[in-house]
Amino acid sequence: MACFFSKLICYESFGKKEIQSVTEVMMEFWARLLNVVLAIAIGCGGVIGLFYLANIGINALPKPWNRRLLPWVYISPALLLLSAYLILPTVQTFYLSFFDGRSQNFVGVQNYIFAFSDPAMLEAFRNNLLWLTLVTGVSVSLGLIIAVLVDKVPYEPIIKSLIFLPMAISFVGASVIWRFIYAYKPAGADQIGILNALLVTFGFEPVGWIVEQSVNNFALIAIMIWLYTGFAMVILSSAVKGIPEEVIEAARIDGANSWQIFWRITIPMIRSTILVVSTTIIILVLKVFDIVFVMTGGNFGTEVIASRMIKEMFNYRNFGRGSAIAIVLLIFIIPVMVSNIQRFRAQER
Amino acid sequence: MLFLNQKILFNVPILAIGAVVGLAACGQPTTEGDDNARGTPQVTMVGVMVGEQQEKIEAALAPFTEATGIEVVYEGTDTFATTLPIRVDSGNPPDLAMFPQPGLMADFAREGRLVPLTEFMSLEDLQAAYDESWLQLGSVDDVPYGVWYRASVKSLVWYSPQQFAANGYEIPTTWDEMLALGDRLISEDKTPWCIGMESGDATGWVGTDWVEDIMLRTAGPEVYDQWINHEIPFNDPAVENALNLFGEIVRNEASVYGGMVSVLSTPFGDSIQGLFGEDPNCYMHRQANFIEAFLPAEINLNEDVDVFPLPPINPDQGLPILVAGDVVAMFNDTPEARQLMEYLASETPHEVAASLGGYLSPRQGIDLALYPTDLSRKQAEILNNADVIRFDGSDMMPGAVGTGTFWSGMVDYVGGTDAATVLTNIENSWPD
Repeated sequence: MACFFSKLICYESFGKKEIQSVTEVMMEFWARLLNVVLAIAIGCGGVIGLFYLANIGINALPKPWNRRLLPWVYISPALLLLSAYLILPTVQTFYLSFFDGRSQNFVGVQNYIFAFSDPAMLEAFRNNLLWLTLVTGVSVSLGLIIAVLVDKVPYEPIIKSLIFLPMAISFVGASVIWRFIYAYKPAGADQIGILNALLVTFGFEPVGWIVEQSVNNFALIAIMIWLYTGFAMVILSSAVKGIPEEVIEAARIDGANSWQIFWRITIPMIRSTILVVSTTIIILVLKVFDIVFVMTGGNFGTEVIASRMIKEMFNYRNFGRGSAIAIVLLIFIIPVMVSNIQRFRAQER
Repeated sequence: MLFLNQKILFNVPILAIGAVVGLAACGQPTTEGDDNARGTPQVTMVGVMVGEQQEKIEAALAPFTEATGIEVVYEGTDTFATTLPIRVDSGNPPDLAMFPQPGLMADFAREGRLVPLTEFMSLEDLQAAYDESWLQLGSVDDVPYGVWYRASVKSLVWYSPQQFAANGYEIPTTWDEMLALGDRLISEDKTPWCIGMESGDATGWVGTDWVEDIMLRTAGPEVYDQWINHEIPFNDPAVENALNLFGEIVRNEASVYGGMVSVLSTPFGDSIQGLFGEDPNCYMHRQANFIEAFLPAEINLNEDVDVFPLPPINPDQGLPILVAGDVVAMFNDTPEARQLMEYLASETPHEVAASLGGYLSPRQGIDLALYPTDLSRKQAEILNNADVIRFDGSDMMPGAVGTGTFWSGMVDYVGGTDAATVLTNIENSWPD
């Protein structure tokens, strides 16, 4: 439809052609509209009919079989979609990871050797480890501390909303915001970045936050902590509120102070929630790419695994290496994912 | 829960799936291709020019449509290098493609996807239209495939004529004079250069341009060609020498505004602004002609800013000019596409585009008076008078080097890594 409207505008701007074309275009519009209505009717009707028939067919089957087959009929579209969009691409990626850059010659495990020995990859592994420890550690502990401290305080909702707010911003959006915060101008020029403006006001030299290798990784990590502390806080806070009042009262009667209650009661009772939040953040951190891509493009020693994967795949068009890195990333994520799901199930029970 | 209401449980997924399939069905473009059936002859063309540049190329194509009645559907994309190969592989190439660098065009030519120009244009006409260097740049294995539409001149040093006049500085004509001017500026407590290398994930290309320019001026065009074709190793002494000459300027905190941190964190389009104002941050800025688009609006292009060619280093090599540009090649051999290719090699589109500004023509015989500003006239003169023309080397190298390690290597070098390490890293990354 968009095509039709733009074409109409385009015809109008041509002037002379306008009159004869508009009727022609209107005809086409109605034809297309009819086409759409028919497509929806046949599509929807066809699928409903198909399921209806399958249902009748299965119900006609002998007793134990209809119960067994029924779920598969209903789950099959989902299974088909899942294999088309998840399983097949994964298998394909795994297959391609044993071929050269143009996916033509078999090269064995050479791409994996590259993935674990290339200096840029080693730097990416080191940085990812730093990201994992710092983002997970800081955002979960900060989230927990805030959740416990603001628990039952009158202005709790305001504080929590403020901290949760960055969650609504996309990684790219957040990175753009932080680019301004970290912006650098040489000493003597007007600083447009707030951090450097503060430094200069207090008489220090401006710092190239995303260029200086001693600070830039931490500067990027801070962005993700800013984004995900709110997420950890909200979930941990609901877990903290779920601790039965009687348990805490009993502890107080036994003479426990707040510190002891925090370590001996709160933490053990919400342990599985902490683990679920941590594993969720670990998975997010392993996939981190946008922040690095927007802030530094992987330069100045800030490369991470996912940004390296994108570079190998799309900048250098080396499908073998790109696929191998993707598989390495997948293998790292699987155990975390499994434990995340297990914990989540345990918690639900 | 399962026994609550089987009817509802069954109907909900059915409707949902039905809706999905129904929507998918109407998402299919069923009436695509009707445009051709309507009878207007068409040529499709894909290029990297978007926005204002796209309006200009459409203006340059308008006389063609007026004269022949053939509609040109130009599609500008900023993901040219990734989407074009996909379109070609899936059997749906545009009739013409305007490549921002000849490397990708050469790949398609070698795969036999492109139509050689000599099948429908005479070599004499082509030679009359383009200088030998440009023809060679558009050829693969000596078969011409590309018609050059737009040129950019990279070897330009920008300066403020007012500042030069007020302080009595002379335009340097040799590299040594340029360094001497730099020393004089430093002794007057001024900063000679503004360099900004930040360019998102492309950070580093500004440095590669510098090194390529210096390579042409020290080692000469033959060694330059060997270098970009990997006939000499990347860490050859000639390259190390060029890198170190660049280092004398960029790694000297006194000679470049703001030093290393500023070079790496200033967006390339912003750094030229340091030339202007009462007390400028710097006095020289080396950048290609397209930086004109990044000049502040209040800058008068005829008075406030001027250029001189980056001076020669080795007098034997004359004055070489580093260029880039857009070259058109043909995928589908249709009569309409042939006509458009012939038109693009003719004078008309180049003259129209030249008069619109922000454009330099690689074609011969374009009247310099057509360029709207003194500045673009001067750039066209520099391009026409060049002793040697070479294309941006990083665009000619394999992607893993040209847009990969060469870029990041320049970032590392400016950041303090020594030249030998940087060049060895790049050499090791060259694909076999």
